[in-house]
Amino acid sequence: MSPLLQVNNLSITFDGTVRAVDGLSFAISESQTLALVGESGSGKSVSALSVLRLLDERHAGYPTGSIDFRGENMLSISARRLRQIRGQKISMIFQEPMTSLNPLHTVEKQISETLALHRGLRDAQARKRCIELLELVGIPEPEKRLASYPHQLSGGQKQRVMIAMALANEPDLLIADEPTTALDVTVQKQVLELLRDLQQKLGMAILLITHDLSIVRRYADQVVVMEKGKVVETAATETLFQSPQHPYTRKLLDAEPPASPAVTHIKQEPLLEVKDLDVRFTTRRSLFGRPKAWFQAVDKTSFALNRGETLGIVGESGSGKTTIGHALLKLTPCTGSIRLSGKELGPLNQKQFRSCRRQIQIVFQDPFGSLSPRMSVAEIVREGLEIHLPATPEEQDRLVIQALTDVGLDPEARHRYPHEFSGGQRQRIAIARALVLQPELIILDEPTSALDRTVQKQVINLLRDLQDKYGLSYVFISHDLAVVRALSHKLLVLKNGRIVEYGDASDIFLRPKHEYTRELLSAALFYS
Amino acid sequence: MTLTPIQQRRLRNFRNNRRGFWSLWVFLALFGLSLCAELIANDKPLVVSYQDELYFPVVEKVSEETFGGFLPTEADYRDSFVSDAIEADGWMIWPPIRFSYNTTNYDLDVPSPAPPSAVNWIGTDDQGRDVAARVIYGFRISVLFGLILTILSCIVGVVVGAIQGFYGGKVDLIGQRFIEIWSGLPVLFLLIILSSIVQPNFWWLLGIMLLFSWMGLVDVVRAEFLRARNFEYVKAARALGLGNRKIMFRHILPNAMVATLTFLPFILTGAITGLTSLDFLGFGLPSGSPSLGELIAQGKANLHAPWLGISAFVSLSIMLTLLVFVGEAVRDAFDPRKN
Repeated sequence: MSPLLQVNNLSITFDGTVRAVDGLSFAISESQTLALVGESGSGKSVSALSVLRLLDERHAGYPTGSIDFRGENMLSISARRLRQIRGQKISMIFQEPMTSLNPLHTVEKQISETLALHRGLRDAQARKRCIELLELVGIPEPEKRLASYPHQLSGGQKQRVMIAMALANEPDLLIADEPTTALDVTVQKQVLELLRDLQQKLGMAILLITHDLSIVRRYADQVVVMEKGKVVETAATETLFQSPQHPYTRKLLDAEPPASPAVTHIKQEPLLEVKDLDVRFTTRRSLFGRPKAWFQAVDKTSFALNRGETLGIVGESGSGKTTIGHALLKLTPCTGSIRLSGKELGPLNQKQFRSCRRQIQIVFQDPFGSLSPRMSVAEIVREGLEIHLPATPEEQDRLVIQALTDVGLDPEARHRYPHEFSGGQRQRIAIARALVLQPELIILDEPTSALDRTVQKQVINLLRDLQDKYGLSYVFISHDLAVVRALSHKLLVLKNGRIVEYGDASDIFLRPKHEYTRELLSAALFYS
Repeated sequence: MTLTPIQQRRLRNFRNNRRGFWSLWVFLALFGLSLCAELIANDKPLVVSYQDELYFPVVEKVSEETFGGFLPTEADYRDSFVSDAIEADGWMIWPPIRFSYNTTNYDLDVPSPAPPSAVNWIGTDDQGRDVAARVIYGFRISVLFGLILTILSCIVGVVVGAIQGFYGGKVDLIGQRFIEIWSGLPVLFLLIILSSIVQPNFWWLLGIMLLFSWMGLVDVVRAEFLRARNFEYVKAARALGLGNRKIMFRHILPNAMVATLTFLPFILTGAITGLTSLDFLGFGLPSGSPSLGELIAQGKANLHAPWLGISAFVSLSIMLTLLVFVGEAVRDAFDPRKN
């Protein structure tokens, strides 16, 4: 039996010079799932887009190779034929559900557009089919949802609508480009399970593009590993995980963070004690400025942290975990008591609090957004010194070099601008900026979620080393349980601003007490 | 002074824009020359030697009595009585153009405006004044006016835009409504009313135009600040303990700078053309002052004397083109994404 889709020796160039994909070959048979795996920049998304010829062909070119779908070469067929195949025979799901639905169209309009185009279904017939599809993807009360706009749906629901659109014409091949990266873990699992069920029901093939090997292990039959535009290994999933051949594959597989935090010298002396922390965002005010309605982001949370210890805060998006981090730094107004080394921070105003900022530092999620693009690395790292530890320029320079060496960067890098660095290096710069002030507590707000797995592991190891070296305490905020497990001594599980479970991390990972924690743990895919 | 690698890179980027780099040099040369306009175009000689004594009439007042005349007033060196007396017992060195911007040439063979000749290189205007001298002085006054107005309106505009964008909320709301009302005021009528009360001079015009020209930058800077104040690196700066003023000027302003610098050449050229058009309409600098706008007005009134209009047009367009090229190069230099 000939395969459904056969890609042969495909190369893709941009502007004639940049070779994004080089000699890619793979084949998918009917009702099979093939995963395309690689780190960012490996060319996996470009390859997926090229199957439907969705790349901007003013820049992109295909110097060699062919893409055969049921015996037709996608690279040479007419634009008219291409449009017939798109959405009918091959459909696609994109990564970002927020931007891949048109915000001005209702759910019904989004789905029925493709029905009208390929099947000529209109009005009542189309509506009937829409409801069927929404039922198929598991959206409750589909009749009511038809009139909803994308902003009225949650992230998971939007991704389900995307899937419903893609499945509207029962395609033979579904291309899923990082379909769950933007979703919470529990929703991620639901969507992937849904895709697998639908595959069995409809018998379609899936081309799954992902960087997450735990997803590959559970859901793929075949794996193609890509590095810098080239295929380094193609194998059946089981074979690949049991005996990876190529060193790059082994490196990827090895990137799972360690299963327990570093053993450090935790002193039994509380550094941070938080009591009844309460954050609310006013949504409506009365005429005289008194709050009439508000959103309770954090609700009476209390926790404590010893010196040299890490507290992990986990929860899904909207659970208030980032807000807690911001409240500790007084970046968000809050009520309740925050004591740092016995000193009460609650009643201090911004000016009085400024002198305490040296002790609490923060590292943000997005390494591209948290560094001022127009300041050099030295200026970025030095900035805090100028406020908190005034010293001679030579002394400052020495401290900057020390901090950069601590985070494993070449001190010569300090004269360059942030955009010249990769994501992992930028995150190291952000850590150096916090570290140079010799803080006692660093709040890490999802510091690894924007990074590739292998880089993620390096950053985690760096954080573990620094904790050991300087006796730092961390508040580690993340939705990624594998990363949290590698760093946290204590764990705090949040849901809708309330503490669900709080205690010793290894205890909670072994014996979760609360229903929600169990759900989170079962959704988190540890593949080792 | 040693430059940091970053400043070196900016300089290199500026130089790499060849057109802008050369435009800057040409402009600086022209501006430098026009700053010493008194030494290039003047109705007084640079140096006079009379009876073995040296006089510098450009910087000192020498009375006619010194040269054997009867009047205690300043000597008129273009008068043959004075010049003959000096030539008989000494010598004088004239600047290349022997007219100042307000010198009337009474020795014309034809009625003014006189066409270009060996004496008046690009002719005279309809009052017999040398056009070359008027262009040089007019260029200087236009550029100075434009530069001062641009710098002042940039400072005001950036500060107002920064405050509105950074604090947002009520400050922004009130500021925006004020700007909407203020920009609705008719500038030209104000100037006409003003000119009936006082004789508008350079500084009056500058003040009035500044009152209305600062608004151009506010929207751009405000938008940048509104966007940037929620950026993570601004939060990071706050977490480091920086005060509002430092965050505004060190972290957000540099990012608003490219937008500002992109606007800068337009503000500068706008200021120059603003002054020129006021002069053209007759509400600008007091009559008699050298101005390109007045030259255009004369060109319009004397279509049979094309050298008036052409010389005003050429000098204005060269000046504006050079400034726009320089502005482009400055923008390139501050762009961090340019290698």
